[in-house]
Amino acid sequence: MITVSGLNKTYQTREGNEIHALHEVAFAVEPGEFITVVGPSGCGKSTLLKILAGILRRTSGSVSIAGRPIDGPNHEVGVVFQAPVLLPWRTVIQNILMPSELHGKLTSVHRKRADKYLAMVGLEGFEDKYPGELSGGMQQRVGIARALCHDPNLLLMDEPFGALDAMTREMMNLDLLRIRAESGKTVLLVTHSIPEAVFLADRVIVMSPRPGRIADVLAVDLPRERKLEMINSEPFGKVVTRIRSHFNSHGTLDS
Amino acid sequence: MSTSIEQATRIDGVRDKSPGKHSDHLMSAALLVVILGAWEFGVRYFNVSTLIVPTPSATFVSLIQGCADGSLISNLGVTFYETMAGFFAGAGLGLILGGIIGQSAYAEKIFYPYVIAFQTVPKVAIAPLIVIWFGYGVTSKIVITATIAFFPVLANTIVGLRSAPREQIDLLVAFTGSKWQIFRYVKIPNALPYIFVGLDVAIVLAVIGAIVGEFVGSQAGLGYLILQRNFSMDTAGVFAILLILSLMGVGLHWVMQAIKKKVVFWVNHDADHVSGA
Repeated sequence: MITVSGLNKTYQTREGNEIHALHEVAFAVEPGEFITVVGPSGCGKSTLLKILAGILRRTSGSVSIAGRPIDGPNHEVGVVFQAPVLLPWRTVIQNILMPSELHGKLTSVHRKRADKYLAMVGLEGFEDKYPGELSGGMQQRVGIARALCHDPNLLLMDEPFGALDAMTREMMNLDLLRIRAESGKTVLLVTHSIPEAVFLADRVIVMSPRPGRIADVLAVDLPRERKLEMINSEPFGKVVTRIRSHFNSHGTLDS
Repeated sequence: MSTSIEQATRIDGVRDKSPGKHSDHLMSAALLVVILGAWEFGVRYFNVSTLIVPTPSATFVSLIQGCADGSLISNLGVTFYETMAGFFAGAGLGLILGGIIGQSAYAEKIFYPYVIAFQTVPKVAIAPLIVIWFGYGVTSKIVITATIAFFPVLANTIVGLRSAPREQIDLLVAFTGSKWQIFRYVKIPNALPYIFVGLDVAIVLAVIGAIVGEFVGSQAGLGYLILQRNFSMDTAGVFAILLILSLMGVGLHWVMQAIKKKVVFWVNHDADHVSGA
């Protein structure tokens, strides 16, 4: 689904120094996989996601999605941002339909799909509300439905639940796994919470900062259907411990 | 028992909102009555010449007379027409040019210095020229009004178009939105609250523009009537016109606020928030 090889990204600072945000990043994601990228602030995980989404230019290397090299935003991808970023003058349903609207004229197919995803994120009956009338968690649900509605194969999520309280976050994690199972999409989710990364993922990509690079890739040895109790299980704890060890050795523990 | 409940609702401040507004209006009206009363009494008591300051009652009589014989109404019609036509022309131009400049830094570099240079010239100073160019009829007044209404709309449109949050633009980019779609879906809606501030300033200034134009040279309009009545020492008549002018300004401002509330419905009107202690 995603193939990344030799990816580099350098930023120019105001003083003219170069900052290596990403250094020789390479990985591959299979169709239908749930991948999480975890790392402390400044490890380049958001940069990586923005390059995959096509909103940031890479310095060198190659990225291809669904077999096609990408050089800019494309229809195969749905993006969920850190903040929900809903347009406050559009109703919930209008926000969800916005990406489809950008691609061309809306048809009944789009509307049906919007209804389907609205139901999937648990917001039936809210289609004509405005974002200002919704809680933070509900707004992010709209953000997820919006990312899915033009039927992309890949869902990119940039710390989507970072702004939510812990209880809502757990709830959203479970719902996201259900939505993934129902929709069959490939998901790449960036987070700085180690337990969240392990709980959601089939595989966890661990990144370390300065320069941002992949430190480890870990398969999570748990059944695909996750339950909250698994957080206390042994395989879960083993992966979490292993991820922590990377950050402790660098002296940068962020969560 | 019932009084304690009443006090409780008053303290939490939510139920209190509408009666509070009501009493505000009452106070405002009471203030007007007191001022008018003091004015009437003062003029009569100190025996001030009505050529200098007329009493409120004399002003009111003149207002009724002017309405009855049609002189106020017909001249108000002319001034109102000039105000509106000038406002639409100036605001329209401000929106279009503001749209272009707000979209492109290149256009800003080319146009904006001249716009600023034009804005620094006092419109009152060029009003006589405009009357020479466009004649003594309504056209010259519309042009003067338009030049005054233009700038606030232009400046606010530019600022508004640039106020769009980066995340919203990124969102459109990520979903393959074109430059034009970003303009339509994100930049224009974000600019609207600013544009309405500009329009509100412009419509009030437009009234001034029309009157200034009429002062310079005209055959009709409230400004023309003010000059005429001034020459014939009809001070009460001038006051009556001033009253009408301010009513017109306030009325137009209200209409603009009402339209703004309808169009920019998603903006929080901070009425429910405490703004300081």
